[in-house]
Amino acid sequence: MKTIRRLGAALALLALAAGCNSEAGPSTVERKPTGAVTPAYGDTRIEASIGNVSSLIPNITSDSASHEVGDFMYNGLVTLGKDLEITGELAKSWGFTKDCLTLDFKLHENVRWHDGQPFTADDVVFTWETTMNPRTPSPYKSDFQDVSRVEARGPYDVRVTYKRPYAKALLSWALPMLPRHLLDRWVREGKLREAPQNWTAPVGTGPYRFKEMKSGEKVVVVANPDYFRGKPRISRIVYRIIPSQATIFLELKARGVDVAGLTALQYKRQTEYPAFEKAYNKFRYPGAGYTYLGFNLKDPRFADRRVRQAFAHAINKQELLDGVVLGLGRRATGPFRPGTWADNPNVKGVPYDLARAQELLAEAGWKTRNSDGLLVKDGVPFTFELLTNQGNDERKKVAEIIQASLREIGVGVEIRILEWAALLKDHIKKRQFQAIILGWGTGADPDQYVVWHSSQMGPDELNHISYANPEVDALLEAGRSSCVQADRVRYYHRLHQVLSDDQPLVFLYWRDALPVVSSRIYGIEPGPAGIKWNFTDWFVPKALQRYTAG
Amino acid sequence: MLAYVLRRLVLALPLLLGITFVSFLVIHLAPGDPVTALAGGDLTMNPDKLYAQLVKEYGLDKPLHVQYWNWLSRLARLDFGRSFAPHGRLVLTMIGERLPITLLLNVVEMLFIVAMAVPIGSLSATRQYSAFDKVTTVFVFIGFATPDFWLALLLMILFGVQLGWLPISGLRSMNWEYLSFWQQQGDFLSHLILPITVATFGGLAGFSRYMRQSMLEVIRQDYIQSARAKGLAERVVIGKHALRNALLPIVTILGLSLPTLIGGSVIVESIFAIPGMGQLMVQAAFERDYPVLMGNLVIVSTLTLLANLAADVAYGLVDPRIRVGRRRR
Repeated sequence: MKTIRRLGAALALLALAAGCNSEAGPSTVERKPTGAVTPAYGDTRIEASIGNVSSLIPNITSDSASHEVGDFMYNGLVTLGKDLEITGELAKSWGFTKDCLTLDFKLHENVRWHDGQPFTADDVVFTWETTMNPRTPSPYKSDFQDVSRVEARGPYDVRVTYKRPYAKALLSWALPMLPRHLLDRWVREGKLREAPQNWTAPVGTGPYRFKEMKSGEKVVVVANPDYFRGKPRISRIVYRIIPSQATIFLELKARGVDVAGLTALQYKRQTEYPAFEKAYNKFRYPGAGYTYLGFNLKDPRFADRRVRQAFAHAINKQELLDGVVLGLGRRATGPFRPGTWADNPNVKGVPYDLARAQELLAEAGWKTRNSDGLLVKDGVPFTFELLTNQGNDERKKVAEIIQASLREIGVGVEIRILEWAALLKDHIKKRQFQAIILGWGTGADPDQYVVWHSSQMGPDELNHISYANPEVDALLEAGRSSCVQADRVRYYHRLHQVLSDDQPLVFLYWRDALPVVSSRIYGIEPGPAGIKWNFTDWFVPKALQRYTAG
Repeated sequence: MLAYVLRRLVLALPLLLGITFVSFLVIHLAPGDPVTALAGGDLTMNPDKLYAQLVKEYGLDKPLHVQYWNWLSRLARLDFGRSFAPHGRLVLTMIGERLPITLLLNVVEMLFIVAMAVPIGSLSATRQYSAFDKVTTVFVFIGFATPDFWLALLLMILFGVQLGWLPISGLRSMNWEYLSFWQQQGDFLSHLILPITVATFGGLAGFSRYMRQSMLEVIRQDYIQSARAKGLAERVVIGKHALRNALLPIVTILGLSLPTLIGGSVIVESIFAIPGMGQLMVQAAFERDYPVLMGNLVIVSTLTLLANLAADVAYGLVDPRIRVGRRRR
């Protein structure tokens, strides 16, 4: 479940594994020693979210708020553990056949839906059918396109057969399970969105049960006493929607909110006083997305890799990090989340080196400068337009810093900021751009076929930059069709190196996730997966409980 | 009078039609579409080609005039359609659950504004250039010039964080279910104090200035002199004879402000985390949720037209000279 969260939600890594932590500050977690405390039941945890919840069946949404709320109420067959390893959730055990084509799950036998009905293998089949139903607006269909059959071989045995080996097969079953006895009719009529379970009465197998939903205001869930892994300790969770970051911050200061994310400025400059540090524990770990400077490789100037490398040398990424996110992030050397198994720690990235940048540009034929100080080739000065989306102050600052940096090596940059929908439709999809500053969010699996493979250049496809490199294609294909981890590590480490050498885009930085949690909540074990992975074990000692909750 | 109202209502229909047509056109001409907006404003590595499917589902592949006609024929049956968002809820339900709180906030705000603006305006006019006039002028202009969100944050810091007297945001405390009935009402009211204060302060300036101006004009009229000449007390001259006439322009402005009562204030609602109409509309605009946007527009424009009519009728009540029935004789 947590694995398919797309945006925002940060799965990440501790500094010690990352290998480049001189810039990462003291530690990823600022936490006071807790000492021995006895776990207890009770209390309410109040969480704040900027984004609105768009549905209560997470299988048809892709926003982080809906998935966070979904995590309270639903389970997948598998999930991600503390170190981002795949662990069982509704599945007790599983196994692949040698050819990677058959995957067998054994399910837990004592699991019940929130309405008391037993959860069985048939529900797994149903969830797959729902996802693949052409009238279900699911963004997760591609995870299952290679599945030829899902069958219940007994009430607690599921067999999945694949047409060809698929690396993400196991992880894709983190998909939240849906109840057939309630949703069958709606799915068959193609009206899943209109089912009451989608808004007023969701039913899952998860640790919390739905209590109340006030549209645009809050979602309330209460502990499920029959949860198959035991009743969660915190009795109630209130998930509040507060659309203003400033208001969330004031609520934190007044201790009206227990869990929320901070901005870099708040983390670094506005929460460094004793009362706040006593009331909250601050956490910090690299987030799931990186920001990049992308080129349209159809533009002959950018098709020359020396030009791209020169740009990479000319941009001081540390300065960028300090200026834009107050140093709360880490330099990106490639597209894999730092410290995860696909990330190659030996790739050091492109160092800041103005002399080398000028050398590379000269090799590419950009030698003379005109009266404005701009490089000229064949009588044309080197200027280009840099696009980014409106409403993201961070990207605007990145664009300005890059503009200044490139000016130093004689390249003129004109920044244009466009509304998101217009940028996407009129420029990115039509490939009508010279350069862009955007971000990529990464999933829990390192497969990035859809972003880098040369077959993915269609208008609705994601290789916007039109990157084509036969070696990269081969590595991507090998990486996604193997179910042997050791082989995949080799492919992705090589891919990381190739992308870093080739710089199809300039990898800029991974921004840190900066959550805070009330210090009365114990049991948090930050790990590469962030803090939420064991939220059912969080508790408030009796003496510190604040709210009465059933 | 009744015939007049009926005629106006009939005339309003083509106008409403025109409004919906232009709105529909403008909304669909804006770049982007609900399907791309569903991607959430950021790119994820999502290879799914949901687009074609959703475009078909929503009928977005049809020519614009067909889409408009379909929408209109549904509207004629009072079917506002369903939201494009993953929850796919009925537009009317969505508006219905957000309208009460917005109406409550704005009606109370409007009452406060009128209750304060009329005396402030009248007193400043009758005591033109006095200390009272100058002080209130400065005060209301400060209110006019202060950005809502900034004032809101200052008040939240003072009363919510420093003093802890009032809740910062939302409509109910987290322990609401465990309070007694009267405690619940008190809790709810305490959540409304800051938003209403902020909204009132911002709106006061305009109204009190209009009132002052209008009163200044009226008290220079001859009939005010006559009233004074026949020995009426100043209180009666101003309170009865002048005030009623001075209120005339205020009624117009009030009438025109009625639609904002249901439109809601985006800034106030966002900063105080109040789920009202303003937030609904802005979010729908960002998501290109056409049915919600159009539903909202129909309701707001219908109310605008009705409000204009109500204002015209109210003139008659305030000013006998414009009474329609009599003009005909």
